[in-house]
Amino acid sequence: MTTDIAPAPKPLAYQRPSGIEGIFADWGSDQRSFKSASWGKAMMWIFLVSDTFVFSCFLISYMTVRMSTTVEWPHPSEIFALEMGGKKIPLILIAIMTFDLITSSGTMAMAVNYGYAKKRKAAALLMIATAFFGATFVGMQAFEWTKLILEGVRPWANPFGAAQFGSCFFMITGFHGFHVSMGVLFLLLIASKVWRGDYDYPEKRGFFTGRKGRYEIIEIMGLYWHFVDLVWVFIFALFYLW
Amino acid sequence: MTATTESVAAPAAHVADHAAELAKPAVQAHGQQHPIRIYLIVWVLLFVLSACSYAVDYFDIHGLMRWFLIITFMMLKAGFIVAIFMHMAWERLALVFAILLPPLALMVFMAMMAFEGGYTNLSRLVHFATGG
Repeated sequence: MTTDIAPAPKPLAYQRPSGIEGIFADWGSDQRSFKSASWGKAMMWIFLVSDTFVFSCFLISYMTVRMSTTVEWPHPSEIFALEMGGKKIPLILIAIMTFDLITSSGTMAMAVNYGYAKKRKAAALLMIATAFFGATFVGMQAFEWTKLILEGVRPWANPFGAAQFGSCFFMITGFHGFHVSMGVLFLLLIASKVWRGDYDYPEKRGFFTGRKGRYEIIEIMGLYWHFVDLVWVFIFALFYLW
Repeated sequence: MTATTESVAAPAAHVADHAAELAKPAVQAHGQQHPIRIYLIVWVLLFVLSACSYAVDYFDIHGLMRWFLIITFMMLKAGFIVAIFMHMAWERLALVFAILLPPLALMVFMAMMAFEGGYTNLSRLVHFATGG
């Protein structure tokens, strides 16, 4: 094995074979398959895969009912238009929500970076900014729901066209909004721990969340948050634009 | 000189430390730290791609072109988020394949349900037209 005679002491994961050979070597090795990810990160990824299947079930059911209905599907472009300055702008609220969520993803990515750089105050502030953008998103979604409910959209009927539109809309955006809301709470919790220095001072460590010098929790939190943004990319394209 | 004395004074501890460091996965040693610049570039790209997909609706593009553009922008955005923001580009392939391959099964599910949806639509059209 050429890896055994490598002169420079590199981190263990990078001494291992790479590429396809690396996949078999990692999966066939003793103890653990994910050499570059801690158990916390691997478990978050596995949770996200299962969540992908949940959201996919919603989106695929939406596809099925939309394909099978003989009534015309309502036009999201018109339904989600807002009047601004006497002019109707199509889908503008959804566009703002999309930019808001992307911005929150950007601040989250930077929070992860500052966490690893041990600048905990900067990391905490960026996480709070992320939570703020997330809360703004949920607020806009509440506005959108209110508007549609007042216009008479119900899970079983709506004045615009196919009845299935309402059930798809409330189910898909509702489940996504719930994810964002939980993410905001999760963000605020971790941000307060980071701000207090729970990951620097072991005597303050919390129940199962505090480990000295381990700012990886921000990255794990970030994985969840970016996933929420990722799901929105699919909802935006498949539900609102299609 | 001091460095030598120190390493002589506590060689066992150093060896133990070193062994512990080796036993840990590499990510704990230095983490997923990348230049802020790359995040900013992706951030701007995501903004531009979102603006593009919004423009598809704003300029009312229809037909095959609309679907093609929507899917292209969607997949590009998803790719950037997963690869850069979620650091998939820097993970080992064992994790990448374990996470990204299973969702491909959804393609089969989607094809099956599209078939089902088409059939339901057809039988509805037939039965509604014939008053059944």
